[in-house]
Amino acid sequence: MGEPAILDVQDVVKHFPAGRAFFGRRGTHVRAVDGLSFRIPRGRTFGVVGESGCGKTTLAMLLVKLLEPTSGRIVFDGQDLAQLDRTALREFRRRVQVVFQDPYGSLDPRQTMASALTEPLATLNVVPDRTQAMERVREAIELVGLDPEVLRRLPHELSGGQRQRLVIARALAVGPRFIILDEPTSSVDVSIQAQILSLLAALKARQGLTYLLISHNLVVTRGMSDIVAVMYLGRIVEMAESAELFTRPLHPYSSALISAIPVPDPEAATIAALAQGDVPSPVNIPSGCRYHPRCPYAERVCREQEPALSELRARHHAACHFPGVAAK
Amino acid sequence: MAVLEIEHLSVELGIQGAWIPALHEVSLTIERGEVLGLVGESGSGKSLTALSIAGLLPANARVAKGSVRLMGEEVLGKTDRELNRLRKRSVAMIFQNPTSYLNPVLTIGDQLTELFELSKRDAWRRSIEALRLVRIPDPERVVSRYPFELSGGMQQRVVIAMALVRQPHLVIADEITTALDVTVQAQILSLLAELRRTIGMTLLLITHDMGIVAQLADRVAVMYSGSVVEVAGVRTIFEEPKHPYSRALLETVPTITSERAVFRPIPGAMPALTDPPSGCRFHPRCAEVFEPCAKTRPEPTSLTSGHRVACHRYARG
Repeated sequence: MGEPAILDVQDVVKHFPAGRAFFGRRGTHVRAVDGLSFRIPRGRTFGVVGESGCGKTTLAMLLVKLLEPTSGRIVFDGQDLAQLDRTALREFRRRVQVVFQDPYGSLDPRQTMASALTEPLATLNVVPDRTQAMERVREAIELVGLDPEVLRRLPHELSGGQRQRLVIARALAVGPRFIILDEPTSSVDVSIQAQILSLLAALKARQGLTYLLISHNLVVTRGMSDIVAVMYLGRIVEMAESAELFTRPLHPYSSALISAIPVPDPEAATIAALAQGDVPSPVNIPSGCRYHPRCPYAERVCREQEPALSELRARHHAACHFPGVAAK
Repeated sequence: MAVLEIEHLSVELGIQGAWIPALHEVSLTIERGEVLGLVGESGSGKSLTALSIAGLLPANARVAKGSVRLMGEEVLGKTDRELNRLRKRSVAMIFQNPTSYLNPVLTIGDQLTELFELSKRDAWRRSIEALRLVRIPDPERVVSRYPFELSGGMQQRVVIAMALVRQPHLVIADEITTALDVTVQAQILSLLAELRRTIGMTLLLITHDMGIVAQLADRVAVMYSGSVVEVAGVRTIFEEPKHPYSRALLETVPTITSERAVFRPIPGAMPALTDPPSGCRFHPRCAEVFEPCAKTRPEPTSLTSGHRVACHRYARG
């Protein structure tokens, strides 16, 4: 990955206090993000997949500075996020936008779309006056394929697909370079999902954007991403180019995720449940390899030593004592 | 004998003082031991169909016409008392969110035992057996746990165990894995496949996921905007889907293993119940629309045995 990186995440940790220290009992922590390092090259889509509690959403909040890391460094476009002054922070907010899962939750039910979309332009000083703000909003509305008529409406007067397009338009209007897409289609139906994903792909090409796509849906991630990282309990367990990861996974957890997807072909092999049990709580992270209690291939070393993420094939990283064991 | 026979069922919903058609001429049958997959997007009428079968239609719904027979017995028009009797022995429903169907202040055992009309000791023993049937590890311990002590996947297993206790003729599963993580979903789907083999469970499987249907169903019914647009055996639906909506639905999502993953959108959106298009409900989004589509609603036509489609392209003149 020698291309210039727009985002460089260096050993980032975020722990939340969960229980207080009490008479010699040590305080507990939710280890939501527990040592993440990755780089996103400019103009690419970086996909992050994982199940609930893997730290995907905490990661998104850290990247937009809604949360501060417990330790580690996040560098966006050469600037350390911890060092931003007020002016630089405003500039950063303009260049980095987020689209969250539930568009209904991202919109004020009593605010018209016109007001919801012009507000960030004013807050971030993107344009000097209201006329120009409306101009920009209209351009963004056209980019996402909506009729400017929707600007007069309230959120409840729109369909789920329209709302998601509007939230995307709001993010685009401020002129970002980097967009974090946190489960952008998990609240819409499949026919609408395909519309939103095609739109996002077209916008990326046209506007020269870089995406970080967070999803629990592997099919969506595979279709949209250039590079994919698989997260498990706050860590990356595997990272590779999308086609490589999905066709030649090295980590048993990635294999379990991939084989868990029911194939839409009645002739294909039946569903395989390769991972045992449920995801443990991020308060009590298992010793050694954090996946070992669910891994059917776990051996003694897995319980004792945490494997490091290392490059096992060209541009293909995995953290496993027995990489490729599930493929045999 | 068919376990379930729905004939020409039409249901209306009272919305803002008017009766709006929500289900239109729905006809479906399920034979003993069969899994029927009912697919469609939100608002297609899948859940309303399921609620009609269990006699659980909401207060603002009324049946305009049609019949629903469970083991030959008419469900529609029954009193609440008769319905209770029917639900007790004929049909069990499992829903998406297990947490809301378990009582948080009772142990799993307390909730299971009250389903058996047996002495406390026998009921407790049978409860442990029921948990074992759904592959809950260490059922002797789990039986005295409270719901919050179990993970989402385990809670869903408990709900499935409760549904199976009375050996119902029909089990209705409405999006039961949607709220679960994929690895846990795979475990629940394997369990359903196993129960089908071991106890010959008859299942109405409601889902929006074509992958789940392909893996579990014998036959598939595709719903769109209140109607069944196509019914066929599972292989036929995947190999030779006829209705343009079934075809489009299959193409929207690429498979994980396919070389190039392309999402093919269906233009437009599902129409609102209150403002449906004329003629075929799918015609404004359909790529193969022609003259009659905007004028009349297509009647279902049988193509081959067991393959029915409601589309003007296949209508016999």
